[in-house]
Amino acid sequence: MFWQKLIARIGTTAVTLIGVAVIVFVVIRVVPGNPVAMMLPPGATEADVARLTALYGLDKSIPAQFLIWVQGVLQGDFGTSITTRQPVLDLVLGRLPATLELSIMALVMAVIIGGIAALTGTRLRGTKAEGAIDVANGMALSVPDFLWGLALILLFGVLVPVFHISGRVTPSLDLPFTTGFYLFESLFRLRFDLWADIVSHMLMPALALAIPLAAIIGQLLKQSLKETMHLDYVTLSRTKGYGENHVITREALPNAILPTLTLVGVQFTFLIGGTVIVERLFSYEGLGNMAIDAVINRDLPLIQGIVILFAVIFTAVNLVVDLLYTVLNPRLRHG
Amino acid sequence: MSFLSVKNLTLRLRDNRAPLLRDVSLEVSAGEVHGLVGESGAGKSMIGKAVLGILPRAVEIAGGEIWLDGVDLLTLPPAARRKRVGGLAALIPQDPLTALNPSRRIGPQITDRLVDILGWKRTEAEARALDLLGEVQINDPARVMRQYPHELSGGMRQRILIASAFAAEPKLIVADEPTTALDVTVQKQILRLIAGMQARHGTALLFVTHDLGVVSKVCQSLSVLYAGRILEQSTVRDFFAAPTHPYSAALLGATPKYTDPEGSLTPVPEAIIARLRAEIAAYDEAHHG
Ligand SMILES: Nc1ncnc2c1ncn2[C@@H]1O[C@H](COP(=O)(O)OP(=O)(O)OP(=O)(O)O)[C@@H](O)[C@H]1O
Ligand SMILES: [Mg+2]
Repeated sequence: MFWQKLIARIGTTAVTLIGVAVIVFVVIRVVPGNPVAMMLPPGATEADVARLTALYGLDKSIPAQFLIWVQGVLQGDFGTSITTRQPVLDLVLGRLPATLELSIMALVMAVIIGGIAALTGTRLRGTKAEGAIDVANGMALSVPDFLWGLALILLFGVLVPVFHISGRVTPSLDLPFTTGFYLFESLFRLRFDLWADIVSHMLMPALALAIPLAAIIGQLLKQSLKETMHLDYVTLSRTKGYGENHVITREALPNAILPTLTLVGVQFTFLIGGTVIVERLFSYEGLGNMAIDAVINRDLPLIQGIVILFAVIFTAVNLVVDLLYTVLNPRLRHG
Repeated sequence: MSFLSVKNLTLRLRDNRAPLLRDVSLEVSAGEVHGLVGESGAGKSMIGKAVLGILPRAVEIAGGEIWLDGVDLLTLPPAARRKRVGGLAALIPQDPLTALNPSRRIGPQITDRLVDILGWKRTEAEARALDLLGEVQINDPARVMRQYPHELSGGMRQRILIASAFAAEPKLIVADEPTTALDVTVQKQILRLIAGMQARHGTALLFVTHDLGVVSKVCQSLSVLYAGRILEQSTVRDFFAAPTHPYSAALLGATPKYTDPEGSLTPVPEAIIARLRAEIAAYDEAHHG
């Protein structure tokens, strides 16, 4: 039952990825702008352009180019970046850890902030404090992540400069890292000085990404909690002598969390999409920032590689959410 | 002194102050089974909820006292009150399908209060739960303790809820229509089970029901409610011999068969209802309702 589901899921994932690949491949080749012409110095001749275009195979028809690209991908070769002349796979995997760390940190912050808002709002339901939380949620929700980013840069980068607002780590520091996961590796190596520096760089962009999602979690979870609080088993638990805190966290929360979990899965992919602009704002050296450069330079192989990787991440997130849902919901576990 | 003594309890809606219970008093001695009867909306459940401290937020206590084992619960701070009620009283709910937490195993739902609130050891609590599940005639209790509610039938779940209600050896159990949500075929078994458990454990029971037939079988005394007022209070023997209130008499005349719980308590003659309404209106007038 479970394995059947998983295999079916992997099948649909493959189809999705192929679809994404085809669309991206065609779209970036149809929009105007010759990547080769852009990278050559102003004095280059027509012949120079033609020679380089042929070198990258861009003179062939789109289906022919696609076939060549697919053949390469199947052998683990995503092509060579036109601007940097490095293998796309190396470039993309080199930046992936930075974006993953940022997204996961943002997700954790969103869950903590949103969760606290929902629990506090439920605990204080019917009071003015609940109203205040609702208003704050609404405000957080109506402003997009990149505007939060700008606001945070102004507040904590310019007005009260307590956090770093540019880059991933202070450039003058010596980095002993062997992986790209700076945040985790610095902890692992017990280099708390580095860890603090990295966190201080990540905090603002992560918060900008987290605020809208936190608001969504806060609203939806609180709504489900309030509905759950009326149910008979919650009331029964009160008669056993349990107080409000226990009743909310132990009886209501495990049931109320399921709809929120599904939504968080979808919203997390939006959050990852949000890294593109937010990384740019904070000059954070992740995939998103690289994607913008790739688009500006019409670096076709690199754009393809990044988009495919994002698609893989999105489907992986959805898969994890589905699995978690099954684990948390006993009714599904027993089919 | 009665184990439970409700004195002049008045409940009303918080927003428009509409009264739900009007000056309700009743006494239940240790080990006694007291029936609360009346038509839908009369306020039977509200009495039980007030005693257990689980009134809906929309409802407030406008006056009265609720003495449980010699202490007026309404004078206690909330935490102390919860603890006292949790130790002395329990609820057998109406609908077994919604009264168990769907995401938690059966075992902890019975044992948690013993451990968390009453300070038992986990192993003692589990042994106790196994005993009780056996007593309510559940096969293979150890397995059931590890199951989730959705794996069990309604009748099984009601047995579990009964076992759970008796777990802390309470002195008072509120049973709010404990069989109405069940299959007709299971109703009798569950009723017999509750009566048997009550007798063995010597627990006082506040038994909420529509069904005078059930009252005659399991209760020793009863209160007849109408629109939040108690019309008549007496022993079951006296009541069924000769009810004093005309409404009760009409009810008794209209009592559906024990086997037909869907049967309505009406028709009560219009004239009696009209007189009751006038009485209630006069009462509300006098209490500037
Ligand atoms: N959550 C609530 N908020 C406001 N009013 C309520 C609420 N629950 C019940 N009431 C009102 O309180 C009154 C008494 O309700 P109660 O549930 O005690 O009736 P009951 O005698 O138990 O009826 P039933 O036989 O239908 O269970 C009714 O008029 C009902 O409309
Ligand atoms: Mg009721």
